[in-house]
Amino acid sequence: MSDSTTALHGPHSDPPVVHGAHTAHEHPPYQRHHFASMEQQVDTTSFAMWLFLLTEIMFFGGLFCSYLIFRNWYYPAFVAASHQLSIKEGTANTAVLIVSSFTMAMGVWCAETRRKGALVLCLCLTFVLGLVFLGIKYDEYHEKYEKHHVPSWHYSTKSFTDPASDPEVHNAYPDDKPLPLDMARHTEVYFGLYFAMTGMHALHMIIGISILGFMIFRARAGAYTNGHVTFVNNFGLYWHFVDIVWIFLYPLLYLISRHA
Amino acid sequence: MSAHNDSHAMQPHGGTGHDHDPNEQDVHDTLNHVVSPVIYITVAAILLVLTGVTAAVSFVDLGVFNAVVALFIACFKASIVVLFFMHVKYSSKLTKLTLFSGLFLFCVLIALTLSDYTTRAWGRW
Amino acid sequence: MSTDTIVRLPDQSTARLPKVNFITKENGLLSWLLTGDHKRIATLYLISITFFFAIGGALAGLIRLELLTPQSDLMSTDTYNKVFSMHGIIMVFLFLVPSIPATLGNFLMPLMIGAKDLALPKINLLSWYLYIIAGGMILYSMMTGGVDTGWTFTVPLSTHYVNTNVITTGLAIFVAGFSSVFTGLNFIVTIHKMRAPGMTWFRLPLFVWSNYAASILMVLGTPVLAITLVLVVLERAFGIGVFDPAKGGDPILFQHLFWFYSHPAVYIMILPGMGVISEVISTFSRKRVFGYTAVAFSSVAIAVFAFFVWEHHMFIMGVSNYSTLVFSLLTMLVAVPSAIKIFNWSFTLYKGSITFETPMLYSFGFMGLFTIGGLTGVFLASTGTDIHLTETYFIVAHFHFVMVGGMLMAFLSGIHFWWPKWTGRMYPEKISQLAALITFIGFNLTFFPQFILGMLGMPRRYAAYPPEFQVLNVFSTAGATILGIGYLLPILYLTWSLKYGEIAGDNPWQATGLEWQIQSPPLTENFPEIPIVDYEAYDYEWLERKEKEVTRVG
Repeated sequence: MSDSTTALHGPHSDPPVVHGAHTAHEHPPYQRHHFASMEQQVDTTSFAMWLFLLTEIMFFGGLFCSYLIFRNWYYPAFVAASHQLSIKEGTANTAVLIVSSFTMAMGVWCAETRRKGALVLCLCLTFVLGLVFLGIKYDEYHEKYEKHHVPSWHYSTKSFTDPASDPEVHNAYPDDKPLPLDMARHTEVYFGLYFAMTGMHALHMIIGISILGFMIFRARAGAYTNGHVTFVNNFGLYWHFVDIVWIFLYPLLYLISRHA
Repeated sequence: MSAHNDSHAMQPHGGTGHDHDPNEQDVHDTLNHVVSPVIYITVAAILLVLTGVTAAVSFVDLGVFNAVVALFIACFKASIVVLFFMHVKYSSKLTKLTLFSGLFLFCVLIALTLSDYTTRAWGRW
Repeated sequence: MSTDTIVRLPDQSTARLPKVNFITKENGLLSWLLTGDHKRIATLYLISITFFFAIGGALAGLIRLELLTPQSDLMSTDTYNKVFSMHGIIMVFLFLVPSIPATLGNFLMPLMIGAKDLALPKINLLSWYLYIIAGGMILYSMMTGGVDTGWTFTVPLSTHYVNTNVITTGLAIFVAGFSSVFTGLNFIVTIHKMRAPGMTWFRLPLFVWSNYAASILMVLGTPVLAITLVLVVLERAFGIGVFDPAKGGDPILFQHLFWFYSHPAVYIMILPGMGVISEVISTFSRKRVFGYTAVAFSSVAIAVFAFFVWEHHMFIMGVSNYSTLVFSLLTMLVAVPSAIKIFNWSFTLYKGSITFETPMLYSFGFMGLFTIGGLTGVFLASTGTDIHLTETYFIVAHFHFVMVGGMLMAFLSGIHFWWPKWTGRMYPEKISQLAALITFIGFNLTFFPQFILGMLGMPRRYAAYPPEFQVLNVFSTAGATILGIGYLLPILYLTWSLKYGEIAGDNPWQATGLEWQIQSPPLTENFPEIPIVDYEAYDYEWLERKEKEVTRVG
């Protein structure tokens, strides 16, 4: 090993030690070798996760920007189309995600306080709640499909030009007037954005749930209750972010204007 | 003597007087101040209540303020998730700055795009 | 011209490459394909990027061949549309965006800050695989018909009117975007968290600052491109209506979202190049960079302002006139930090001991050509002149001056400058200086006539043009041939140097910077022991003192 590195230090430096000898292993087994301390590793991976979440903010940001413009242009169409969404299912989904965020945060606490059984329970609850969310979403999508409100897939504006033909919604919103044909056609843009935004959100949920499955498996083996909390922590950040996206999607898509 | 005082920089490996017990739990306490479940429960409760509020308010006719109120409640909900569930309240300045820069850029995207859309109908000049 | 050179090579009769280095450490294909070592990943990137550059270059050759004659006689107009589209897509997404960050940045970043590796080595490797997947998808798309919408995928052309591989290519660029995001993310985290003791922000080499600024752009801007492409794919496949006027959608919304990324993208491309220029100019004038703080802050300022100016690509598209005012002003402002850098480099040169090795030749080329390109950008920033110049060859010339005359020259400058560190061997000086000269001449002959063509009104993206433009087009094609030779030569002699180049030693340029204090090629773990930094960047006095006090071993 070259000792030209002594030139890098001042004249009073420590003698060089050959790295790589694992006789004096001073760091935990899960510390990667290019980090000098666990603190640095934790700090670094957490920061990396936040940067990734920044990319997600900008990713969804494009969708929110598009939504904003078309809602301004076609407000009546957006109102009428929004009435087609079930407020019960939307609110239920919001509650489901909030509770799942809670169970996830509790999971992080369990990992930090080394409660293995409780951690597994929290992760399982989060997992199940995620599936419940997707189940409700599927039900909503299915309903849209049946009512011919999927863009380009035999899309029908009948519910909007002739509200009486859709008794379920018409009874809930009897004061909704029929839309003129051009405005009724713009409801397709609303549903396009609806599917794009909730679909992208659901995709992130699916990815999250898959990772949760992996984590439950690893948690049962004690991988996160030995002091190495970062994976759970960082996943928690991701999960909360997905929840936040829904916190905004809910009022924007479901609650545009439900008043008479 | 070499400078060991920069806590976020790498230490020379294998230096003297550098005892690191791998079983120490407090390695995390500087970073993750462990948030108590009481706070989590409170925040979750607030979130659920606000969900109900925002749903109820949408049934009341406030004109243009429907959107304002709905977004305000949504922003508040998001803030408490960020501050407490995501621990940003207890995080470093860097984390806060990172988050802020993302939100700032999102606002730039919206605002400057709108500068086109809102002024299109301002008439010829 | 001075015959002095600052190159100091070890005695060639006794010099050997270090037995243990990152290349010889492990053998076998898998040790390269599953590596976490940032230097190996950089090497993998260098090979792949060169490959795609060659393809993009061949497409450029086809374009210039077609434009020799006013008629569309070499290929049909549809084919021509595909050729320039694929040229743009490959050059922008598979070459320019990743070029310096993924090759030189990956290689040098940990070395320059005194770290053992990047913060996230596995993500780094993933980034390369995503790049390869994207490249594969684009090749597949090319072989099954390509796209003909231009690299800008303008809607509703791309969503409703063409039957080419828009979806495949769009998804390929989506994947390439993630590759870019992960590289940028890795850099930001590394620079914040992995600096050696004593390496404060303001002791960092300016190359690091530039890559940091570019990384911010990568992380924040690319996701918007990603969602835009997703929307295009959804519009094309499912007709969601957001870009379809018949359903009430707005094609201009696409452009807002597309250019929101694509304008910062051009700064992603140029900032790392500017970083290289700072390093090279300092080394070959033997002087610290003038106004270090100004250059560092101007990098960040460019990154911030880059996000505020995108609408200048849309002045004629039907946006509101009032918004064009706003964006025109903002665009003028973003030129200022770039100009600050040029001034600072010029002042660095002033009263420096200048020598003319190949990296310096490329840097001089950069300074001149980037300045011209940048100034013509100001003409385009002004809405009034832009109306006449946009969508003509003036724009084509403008961006080729900044991208090719600027960025590609900086890339070549950097490759030559750090080649001895990367491979342990020097490239042959005379032929490389000749190649630099050929490139410069070829470049000017290719692209300067295009400014005139644009002013005279020749539109871009046209296979056929009025006969009075032919003479200038012929000059341009002649220049392109020369330029091609200029680019071919480095590929040849650099490959040659791998086996026959002189042994370079640790620091053939006598440069400052942590990467020059270790062996060439470096060890896998970079530093046998983490350095402690107690001197400023570009401290040539420190270097002189050090040279006197230590004799190098092996």
